Amino acid sequence: MKRVAAAALLALALPTASAQDAPQAFVGARLITITHGEIADGVLVVHRGKIVAAGPSGDVEIPRGAIRHDGTGRVILPGLVDTHSHIGGGWAADGSAPIQPGVRVLDSIDVRDAGFQRAQAGGITMINVMPGSGHLLSGQTVYLKNRDANTIEGLVIRGPDGRILGGMKMANGTNSRRDPPFPGTRGKSAALVREAFVAALAYREKLARTSDADKKPDRDLGLEALLEVLDGTRIVHFHTHRHDDILTVLRLQKEFGFRVVLHHVSEGWKVADEIAAAEVGSSIIVVDSPGGKLEARDLLLKTGAVMERAGARVAFHTDDWITDSRLFLRSAALAVRAGMSREGALRGLTLAPAEMIDLGDRLGSLDAGKDADFIVLDGDPLSVYAKVLETWVDGAKVFDRAQPQDRLWAVGGYGAGDPRAGHLCCFGAGSWE
Amino acid sequence: MSGRALGAAFMALWVLSAPARAATLVVHAETLHTVAGQPISDGVVVVQDGKIVAVGPASRTPIPAGAERLEARVVVPGLVDAHTVVGLSGILNQPQDQDQLERSEPIQPELRAIDAYNARDELVAWIRSFGVTTIHAGHAPGALVSGQTLIAKTRGNTVEQAVIVPQAMVATTFGDAAMNADREKGKPPGTRSKAVAMLRQELVRAQEYAAKRANGDPAKRPERSLRLDALAGVLAGDLPLLVTVEQHQDILSVLRVAREFEIHVVLDGAAEAHLVLDEIRAAGVAVLPHPPMQRAYGEMENATMELAARLDAAKIPFAFQSGFEAYVPKTRVLLFEAAIGAANGLGPERALAAATLDAARILGIDKRVGSIEVGKDGDLALYDGDPFEYTTHCIGVVIEGERFPGEAH
Repeated sequence: MKRVAAAALLALALPTASAQDAPQAFVGARLITITHGEIADGVLVVHRGKIVAAGPSGDVEIPRGAIRHDGTGRVILPGLVDTHSHIGGGWAADGSAPIQPGVRVLDSIDVRDAGFQRAQAGGITMINVMPGSGHLLSGQTVYLKNRDANTIEGLVIRGPDGRILGGMKMANGTNSRRDPPFPGTRGKSAALVREAFVAALAYREKLARTSDADKKPDRDLGLEALLEVLDGTRIVHFHTHRHDDILTVLRLQKEFGFRVVLHHVSEGWKVADEIAAAEVGSSIIVVDSPGGKLEARDLLLKTGAVMERAGARVAFHTDDWITDSRLFLRSAALAVRAGMSREGALRGLTLAPAEMIDLGDRLGSLDAGKDADFIVLDGDPLSVYAKVLETWVDGAKVFDRAQPQDRLWAVGGYGAGDPRAGHLCCFGAGSWE
Repeated sequence: MSGRALGAAFMALWVLSAPARAATLVVHAETLHTVAGQPISDGVVVVQDGKIVAVGPASRTPIPAGAERLEARVVVPGLVDAHTVVGLSGILNQPQDQDQLERSEPIQPELRAIDAYNARDELVAWIRSFGVTTIHAGHAPGALVSGQTLIAKTRGNTVEQAVIVPQAMVATTFGDAAMNADREKGKPPGTRSKAVAMLRQELVRAQEYAAKRANGDPAKRPERSLRLDALAGVLAGDLPLLVTVEQHQDILSVLRVAREFEIHVVLDGAAEAHLVLDEIRAAGVAVLPHPPMQRAYGEMENATMELAARLDAAKIPFAFQSGFEAYVPKTRVLLFEAAIGAANGLGPERALAAATLDAARILGIDKRVGSIEVGKDGDLALYDGDPFEYTTHCIGVVIEGERFPGEAH
């Protein structure tokens, strides 16, 4: 409330401030806060890219000079956080080696790809763009704010030290199996990963052994990135489907102590207790049928429900283009269909994934001080009939269904297309495994 | 569940339900959507010997004594998937279970779906568990002429037990997807024009073949050709040409060929149909629009979730289909796709018709399935709410009086 008062004073003091600068108040909407329940008749106040207040009408002071938005009949939800997407056509590692930690996906992303617009239309405000498939370690992922931007720098977010934030993509199972130098078996896959981490540990030791700059080992971008993983400043996003492959990830995690989020986790329902006991997060995919590849044969809609009951942390992802960013809400709704709680499913689109990319303090709920990333819907987020009307990022409206161009991104039609094929198009047959 | 266990479960169901089919089944619904008319509140359907023998409000419909009873909040006709590859494109996506496309030659209408359909593929049970009871299944797009489709019920352990129309349509593809995978090596077709020329040439050949085969003197008849027999069936109007086609210029090419040979075509996919609605309506052609959740890329880059609504507004006959997926998900689910169509301009009532009776009409099986009317097959889907809502469940399925479980989670 103090913040509200301060904002009001500021508005008074600066009567000529631009509309951009004025606080914005969304009045009378149903607020799904994620952290403090659903508020049937609420007020959301945002200013200068941050949430100032989110509470019941009457409890929240609307700053003078605020631009008021009538929220009657609307539902406001925190912006959706997609922990695994391939929009932007980015590709990191190439076919030369199975482990390439020095390669960054941010160096290959087309920020004008229609996928970003479609993601805005789907209410996605934060995206972990992952390098494509087919490697044990396919490079550094990048966390992107889905702003309107012309450059990748306009989308990235930075830590306090100025570092561009992102994770590390890894995979096991059949995904990375192919001809040498790629592994041919699961045992070889794990051995190659262990060797890479052992090499990084040796590198760290060499670095620590001397303070003499001349005697330090040569810089190695790949090993430096692996050290970020081992130091816990870069989270591993680990593609894994089969129950035994999931356990292999947990085994490696235990041995080397890196921080990990399991991705896809198709057979997570078979080892939900083990995942819960390991206290690692799971970012799951929800697709309409099992099959399509051997490892997805037992992929069922109930994964989220079973893992929630086991006490595991669950988030969703689109894996766009596997599922469409415009339909991300649907993933949570189908999980509810199969028995997950409403609260858990909505958290799995917002705060849970934000926490899995270390941004839980900035994103994922309607709380004062957090980034003003939110979406406005015309109905319940778990209803097929509900539409995302507006998407706001850092307090700026980036999607407005009432605008014809934005509607085209949301629905499709002539000119909405992206001439590029999906991320699975170009790598070779092996990447489909 | 392992494949064997699942198979055993099916067997158990089959055995248990076999005698149940002869019995009388009464399905009681808070809301009964017959699709043939207005929804009936507190309605009942009576199924006897696999056929619907009574439909109406519970208060005015006599219930035979000793009938087995089922109850649900919402009951609709069993869903009719107007085009799928389930049964040919198996769940595993391994070479041994993928029979949806033969690439050895560009024109092979002699290939029949009934010679490949796997009634036990788990995806058949998967789609049934969401309410799909009838499927038009066959060869996938990817060859100029890929084979003959079938229509089956989603039941049975053999294709014979499942099939209701063994040869339904001849599946063809226009546009870029029809090109030969080896076109760079000079294998035809390598262009759109070449593809159309090849098809026209083959249809001309079939015209001449059919005329000669009709010769009163058996000695003067040409030898039988399975390929030309199938195309002669198309020319005679027995087998519609199902044409998977996405771009507007290719849609117009299909209509041009249909006019030239006076053949019955059904457009499939038709991502850019919204650009040539007048031409499609004038041609009197039905459309099976791509699934509304179709990913927009390549030839489908201009796809819209509102295509069904646009066709409906243009008064073009259409029906929902699940289409073909090469990867994950291995099949789309008609119920889920119709739901997205319902939410994108079509509305639930029209969407339900497009997933049942309208599909049956386009497939030519509306005397038998597609609505809840006396005399039709006892095919029903039971839900615990609005069938199209994400969080509703299909709680049971009936095919010709035989009971199957709904979705399991």
